[in-house]
Amino acid sequence: MSNEFYALTVNGIRHEVRDAWAGESLLYVLRERLGLPGTKGACEQGECGSCTVLMDGEAVCSCLVMAATATNADIVTVEGLSLDGEPTDVQQTFVEEGAVQCGFCTPGLIVAAHHLLDRNPHPNELEIKEAISGNICRCTGYGRIFAAVVEVRDQRLDQRHDAGGR
Amino acid sequence: MAPQTITRTRNGLGASALRPDGIPKVQGRFAFSSDAWADNMLWGATLRSPHPHARIVAVDVSAALAINGVSAVITADDVPGKLTYGLIASDQPVFARDVVRFAGEPVAAVAADHPETARRALAAIKVDYEVLAPLVDAETAVDGSFAPIHPAGNVIRRQRVIRGDQNFVGDVVVEGTYEIGMQDQAFLGLEAALALPDDDGSGVELFVATQWLHEDQKQIAACLNLPLERVRLTLGGVGGAFGGREDISLQVHCCLLALVTKRPIKMQYGREESFYGHIHRHPAKIFMRHHADRDGTLRRVEARVVLDGGAYASTSSAVLINAVTHMQGPYKCEIATVDGYAVRSNNPPCGAMRGFGVVQACFAHESQMDKLAAACGLSPVDIRLKNAMQTGDRLITGQVIESVAPVARCIRETAALPMPEPLPDEPDPLLIPGGSGLTARRSNIRRGVGWGVSLKNLMYSEGFDDYATARCRLVDGVATLQFATAEVGQGFVVLAQQIARSVLGVDMVLLEPISTAIGSAGSTSASRQTWMSGGAVDGACRRVRERLFGHVAAAHGLDPLRLTVDGTDVVDTTGSLRVPVADAARGVVFDETFAHHHRPTEELDENGQGNCHVAFAFVAHRAVVDVDPDLGLVKVVQVATAQDVGRVLNPLAALGQVEGGIAQGLGLAVMEEIVLRDGKMRNPSFTDYLLPTALDAPSVAVTMIEEPEPQAPLGAKGIGEPPCISVTPAIVAAIRAATGKELPRVPVRPHDIVFG
Repeated sequence: MSNEFYALTVNGIRHEVRDAWAGESLLYVLRERLGLPGTKGACEQGECGSCTVLMDGEAVCSCLVMAATATNADIVTVEGLSLDGEPTDVQQTFVEEGAVQCGFCTPGLIVAAHHLLDRNPHPNELEIKEAISGNICRCTGYGRIFAAVVEVRDQRLDQRHDAGGR
Repeated sequence: MAPQTITRTRNGLGASALRPDGIPKVQGRFAFSSDAWADNMLWGATLRSPHPHARIVAVDVSAALAINGVSAVITADDVPGKLTYGLIASDQPVFARDVVRFAGEPVAAVAADHPETARRALAAIKVDYEVLAPLVDAETAVDGSFAPIHPAGNVIRRQRVIRGDQNFVGDVVVEGTYEIGMQDQAFLGLEAALALPDDDGSGVELFVATQWLHEDQKQIAACLNLPLERVRLTLGGVGGAFGGREDISLQVHCCLLALVTKRPIKMQYGREESFYGHIHRHPAKIFMRHHADRDGTLRRVEARVVLDGGAYASTSSAVLINAVTHMQGPYKCEIATVDGYAVRSNNPPCGAMRGFGVVQACFAHESQMDKLAAACGLSPVDIRLKNAMQTGDRLITGQVIESVAPVARCIRETAALPMPEPLPDEPDPLLIPGGSGLTARRSNIRRGVGWGVSLKNLMYSEGFDDYATARCRLVDGVATLQFATAEVGQGFVVLAQQIARSVLGVDMVLLEPISTAIGSAGSTSASRQTWMSGGAVDGACRRVRERLFGHVAAAHGLDPLRLTVDGTDVVDTTGSLRVPVADAARGVVFDETFAHHHRPTEELDENGQGNCHVAFAFVAHRAVVDVDPDLGLVKVVQVATAQDVGRVLNPLAALGQVEGGIAQGLGLAVMEEIVLRDGKMRNPSFTDYLLPTALDAPSVAVTMIEEPEPQAPLGAKGIGEPPCISVTPAIVAAIRAATGKELPRVPVRPHDIVFG
C-alpha cells in the first residue's frame, strides 16, 4: 500500500485512485474502488469476456489490465455506453430479442457488440459470430444474442438508408 | 354495436413478455451477489486442501493472525453448531478437522481488509498433512476392496430395478459399456455472498446466489446453532446455476466470519476456487444389454450403473434413482434388470447438474438403440418410433406414465425439420471442423446424422413434498407478488408477472425481493418452478380474484359466479356490468397466500418398484455434424429438436431454454470434461476447461409440441432440462455415422476419433 495516487478516465470522468495496491486489476478497481460494478469478472484469464471494456476504443479484458497502467487511456464501461440513462439500441434489442437470461455475461457482450458495430457497420453472420466468440455465455446457447446483433445491424442500416433517402 | 376489443398490450400467458430485470442487466445496474457491498466490510477467503486424501496432523494459524489487516482465522474448532451439512445426508464438514477427503476441501477461512491480504493470510496458515492413498476408482468402492474413507462407508446408495421374467433372452441382443466424464455447470457468476451480522450478534443476514433459500437457511442455522428465524436470506442476483448452487458452498463460512468479526463479510470465489467449491455432474460407467424381437420390439433392458459421487453424498442418492429409473429411455419395455451404485471416492464431490442422472442414462440407452437398429436392419428413426412410449405405458418401476407422452410426435416433428445446407465446396474456414486454424481440409470432411430421444422426470421424487409458496396482494389494480423462488436466469420473474396479468387483468405487477420472509418455494431445479411456483402464483392470484369478485358482486347485488375478467375489466357474463379491475374495489386490499403441492409420490421398494416420480417430459434431437476423421475434429452443424412442453407460456423464454440446453449438451458431447489425475483436477480454469463459444454453437431448429398437461397447474411442463439430455447422444451418434467409430465415451476427444 502507498499514499500515492493515480488517475483513471472512465466514462469521461477523471477518478483519482488512492492508497491502492499496485497489483490491482482494472476490473477490481472499477468494481471495488470506483463504484462501477457493471463490469463482471468470471475467469480472471481473459477467456470469458465478461469483463470487456473499451480502452481508447479497443475492446479489452479488464481482468488482464493492471489498473495503474491504464492512466492515459480513455476507458468506457457498460455504464458509460449511454450517458443519459436510456438504453442504447444494442441494450434495448438484447432485451427484446431474448438475449438476456442470467445476465452475467451480458455487460461484456453489450460492450463487444457495440465495439463490433461501431467499427464494422455491416458485419456478415460469421463476422458477428467471430466478434462475440470471445464472450462466453452459459445460458442462451448464443442463438438470441446472435439474433439481437443482427437486428441492431439491420436497424442501423435501415436508419442510414432512410437518412440518405431524405 | 361492435364488440369490444382489447387493445392494450397484455403480456399475459402465451406472450413473449420481456423480463423485468432485462434493462438493468444490459445496463450493468442489476445487482448480482458479487456486487453486494457494505460499509466497513471485510473480505473472506477459504483455505483448501491440496491433497485428495490426508490426515490433518496440526493446523497453526498464528502467523496468519499476526498479519496486519487480518481480523479472524476460523477452523472446525470455531463451528458453534452442527459440524456438517448436506442436502440429503449431512456428511460434509463445514471445515475438515481430522481428515481431508478431496483436493479442494475447506480447512480454514480468514477475514481481512483486502483480497490480497486474505490471500497472504491463507498462505501463512500452516497445515501439517499426513498424505494418504486416495480412493479414485469407483469400482474399488463398489467391491469393498478400499477401506471406508468416511464413517458412512464407501457406497452412498445401491438401488436395483427388477421387473418381469429375469431369464428372458431376446432374439436380438446388443450390449456395450459407456462412460460419461465429469462435467461442470460453469455458471458465469462465481459463488459470492455478503453476510451482515445483527448488531447484538444474535443473528445474521445473508445476500447470496443460491437455488433454494430455505434449504440454505436450514443448513446454515444448524451449523451456526441459531434459530431459523435468526438467519435471514435474500437472493443476491444469480449468474446462472444449472444445479451447481443447490449445495452449500461459502454460505456457512461467510456467516460465521461475520458473527466472529462482528463486521460485514464479502466472499467471492475465483474461477479455480469455484471448480473446487461446488459439486459437478457425476462421472458414470454404465454397462447395458438390450434384448429385442427380430422386428426391433424392445423386450428387456439390463444395466449396471456406477456413479462416482466423490467425497461427500450431496444429492448422489437421488441422482442414482433418476439414472436407474430412466434406463429404458422413452420406450415401452416390460422386463428390466438394473443394478445401480452411487459411491464415495476421494474425487471432487458430485451432485446436481441439469439432467440429474438422466443425462448419463440417456447416453447409454440411446447408444444402445442405435446398436439395436443396426442389428435389426432398421433406421435410427424407425427403431425409436416402433418402441415409442405412450401415455398409459409403464416405466420399468411399474409406474404408469400418466403424463401426456407424445414421443412419436416428437420424433416425427423433429424429422420434419429441414436439414442444413451441404457444406460448400469452398467453405469459410470458420465453418469447418477446427475453425479458423485452417486445420481441416475440405476433402477430408465427412458429414454424419444422429438421433437421440429422452424422457425426464419433473419435480422431486420418492415421497418428497417439494411444495412452493406464493403471495399476491391486489390494491387498485396493482398486483404485488412475493415468493422465495430463486431466479437464476430462467425467467420465473417474468412468468410470475404474466400469470398475475392473465388471472387478475392487471397491467402492473410488482415483485417483492426474493427472500426467506415468505414460505419456501423449493429449489430452482428438476424443471420444477414453472409447475410448482407457477402453480403457487396462479393459486394466490386466483384466491385474490375470488375475493375481488365477491366484493364486486356484493356491491352490485350479483352472483359472484357470474363474474369474469376480460382484458383489464371485471365483467358480468350474463349482465351489463363492466368495471375496470383498478376501479372495482377502490382502496380495498386483497392479500392471499397459496402453497402448491404436487401429487404425492412413493419410495421405491428393494426391487425398484413404485410410483416414485411425479410427471415426465419428452424430447427428440437430431444432430448433423461435420468431422475430419484424420484429425479428430468435429463441427456440430445443426441440431433439430421437437420438445414436449405442454404449453408455451413465453415463446422467447422457451426458445432460450432450448437453445441454451443444446449448447450444454454439445459441451458434454465434444468439449467439456474435468480431467482428474489421482483425484486432482488438471484443468480448473476456463483456459483449460473448454466451453462452447458462439462459433461452436450449432444452428438450432425447434418445434414446440403443445399438448397441455392436465396435471400441471398452467398446462405447461418444465422445459429446462430436456434440451440438454438427448442432444449429447445425438451428436455422438452423428460422429459415429460420419466415422464408423464406436465412441462409447463422452466427451468425444480428438484421439477417440483418430485412434478409437
